[in-house]
Amino acid sequence: MTAAWVTVFGLWATVVVTKGIGPVALGNRELPRPLTKVIDLLAPAILAALIAVGTFTNADGDLVIDARAAGLAAAAAVYAVSRKSIVLAIGAAAVTAALVRAIA
Amino acid sequence: MDETEGGLRQGMRAGAPISLASLLLGISFGVLAEPVMGTAAPIVMSAIVFAGSAQFGALAVLAAGGGAGAAIAAGVLLNMRYLPMGISIAASTEGGWFRRGLAAQPLIDAGWAMSYRGDGRYDIPYMWGFTAVNYPMWVGGTALGVLTGDMIGDPDRLGLDALFPAFFLGLLMGEATEGRRGWVAALLGATIALTLAPVTPAGVPVMTACLAALVALVPGGDDS
Repeated sequence: MTAAWVTVFGLWATVVVTKGIGPVALGNRELPRPLTKVIDLLAPAILAALIAVGTFTNADGDLVIDARAAGLAAAAAVYAVSRKSIVLAIGAAAVTAALVRAIA
Repeated sequence: MDETEGGLRQGMRAGAPISLASLLLGISFGVLAEPVMGTAAPIVMSAIVFAGSAQFGALAVLAAGGGAGAAIAAGVLLNMRYLPMGISIAASTEGGWFRRGLAAQPLIDAGWAMSYRGDGRYDIPYMWGFTAVNYPMWVGGTALGVLTGDMIGDPDRLGLDALFPAFFLGLLMGEATEGRRGWVAALLGATIALTLAPVTPAGVPVMTACLAALVALVPGGDDS
């Protein structure tokens, strides 16, 4: 088997376990109140981290400001006008990033 | 059952516009993966791994000449955030251990964030519906990218790598951050991630950023 196929099946096995282990091990027992409050904030923390890493780091993990930052700014501008315009915002982000790359 | 169906349908409706982004990103993955992994492996990968960031991360390792072990390690780290996310939905899943584990498999960032209903509860059917419309686009997009890569060239030229940060920003500005603590957690999460990014392997920054949610335990302030 080639490295590519080993990678595919290795990641398959691990992602199934990573996603499933919480529900399998914990069942649906009522979570303690403090944990519920932490879960409340899990989405903002993860989303913000994904945005930051996806926009301001390159493949080596170095901090950069490039066309993606311009794209994110374009999306932010759209959301400032209308928070519901998600499709418009991501379209604006892609087009802006593409334009910046074309010019640079 | 009605509730399940309603949730499914709502999730599909919410996921539909985003599936276009999944398609484009799937194409971009296929284009980049084909020269490194061949024709079939990238498509099978999208079908069974179904985790964008981990797939791109593992591909980057393989493309740089790394072995399967290093590629899997990179992918596992990028998928680590699914561990706390899985724990967070545990109480909302139903049935025996097998059904619970299965219920968690359609977990993806966007659908998970949007299926939160407050007070520690997630709308699991909604999350399934969201993934149900995105899954075929991601897999189909990958196939399309693999087959038409020569015509497309470098997908980043089209700004496709800017799609998902823009989408996540929309989620963040929406329901995810009601109340001041949400913004504190977001700011802290981004700061942790960017601080760690230059010095840790990919995946560790986002996984560690989960700790930002612990600000919930700080007493006082405006609790929402």
